Amino acid sequence: MASQRDIRRRIQSSRNIKQITRAMQFVAASKLKRAQEATLAARPYAEKLDEVLADAAIVLSGEDHPLLVRRETGKRLLVLVTTDRGLAGALNTNTIRFAAQQIAETTGETTTVTVGRKGRDAMRRSRMPIEAHFDGFRERPTFADVLPLARLITDGYLDETFGRVDIIYSHFVSTLVQRPTIDELLPIVPREDTAGIPGNQFIFEPNPGAVLEQLLPRYVATRLFQAALETTASFFSSQMVAMKNATENAEELIEDLTLEYNKVRQSNITREMIEIASGAQAG
Amino acid sequence: MPIQLDIVTPEKLAYSDEVDAVVLPGSEGELGVLPHHAPLISTLGAGELRLRKGGQEESFAIIGGFLQVLPDRVVVMAENADMASDIDLEKAQEARRQAEQALEGGFVEGADLAAARAALQASLIRIRVAERRQHEGRRRHV
Repeated sequence: MASQRDIRRRIQSSRNIKQITRAMQFVAASKLKRAQEATLAARPYAEKLDEVLADAAIVLSGEDHPLLVRRETGKRLLVLVTTDRGLAGALNTNTIRFAAQQIAETTGETTTVTVGRKGRDAMRRSRMPIEAHFDGFRERPTFADVLPLARLITDGYLDETFGRVDIIYSHFVSTLVQRPTIDELLPIVPREDTAGIPGNQFIFEPNPGAVLEQLLPRYVATRLFQAALETTASFFSSQMVAMKNATENAEELIEDLTLEYNKVRQSNITREMIEIASGAQAG
Repeated sequence: MPIQLDIVTPEKLAYSDEVDAVVLPGSEGELGVLPHHAPLISTLGAGELRLRKGGQEESFAIIGGFLQVLPDRVVVMAENADMASDIDLEKAQEARRQAEQALEGGFVEGADLAAARAALQASLIRIRVAERRQHEGRRRHV
């Protein structure tokens, strides 16, 4: 049986761990709040862009922009968004497992671009080709952060290296639920032109083609930015829940250890009393 | 009848209110919008957006993007939109100096060159909008 001092030491270290996990839980909670606000704040722009794209696309249904063309040639590119850091429960594991399924289901050549260290490490282990790697998104992703990635993807699609581009990231459903999700990035599929005034009633300046020309790259960047925000929100909520569980486990452990400590202490006292008593009898 | 003006950027809703008129930097030149304008979708240049609301004027430094005009509504989708009163003139001037230095150094090329040019243009617009506001403020007080 462990000695009293050993148990006391284990109780103390469990207490220290509990303090840390509890602090991380609260930090993650406050960062989650900001991440959620950022996700909401970015929505109006994305929705409006969708609408304008639908308007422009309906007018231009005859002529095609290269980013709208569906191709049969070229590799399939998967953009895998994970985080640099862990301690966030099964978040990255789930995203990576989902990506592995997607890769397994693809016939033909597949390649990847990874964002975040966790995804890169996993792709390296499974010997997947990696075209490029970007650092994980920061605590508060900015639109400028996704522009280099957006450029790489659109350039690769325009020079026909890639025939199709999808993005895999963690969709933030709620604090308790984050779901790995795949979205088609390229070719761009405009939404049905149903909202507001039909596209053909608009005047386009300078002309519909020029509007589309500027719109499409920004549309890709906007989708990437949304994925960045979703992943960040998912990360903090997953981390918050993981740390809450860790704190509760530590509490349970402390309780069990305290009980054991008391038992050992009691049996030590009993033994000493027996020793004293038998010593007195003998004397 | 007022027009509902929304200025959105990828990161936030920068402005949302009813205004009487708005003047924007269209890619083909300045563009004034009053109520009952014909439906229009246009690309935006970089420059100053001015809006009038009940005799008050407000201005924004706008950089790139799109504009959608509906009879009762104007939506500006800008890459960047800074309200004139929020612009820190000293910071903008510092950004301009840095961008100019980067360009004069001559060793930037490709994407970096484009970024440096964009930064320079952005800082120049911010400075212009902020300065104009300061001048007008002074005139009003005299």
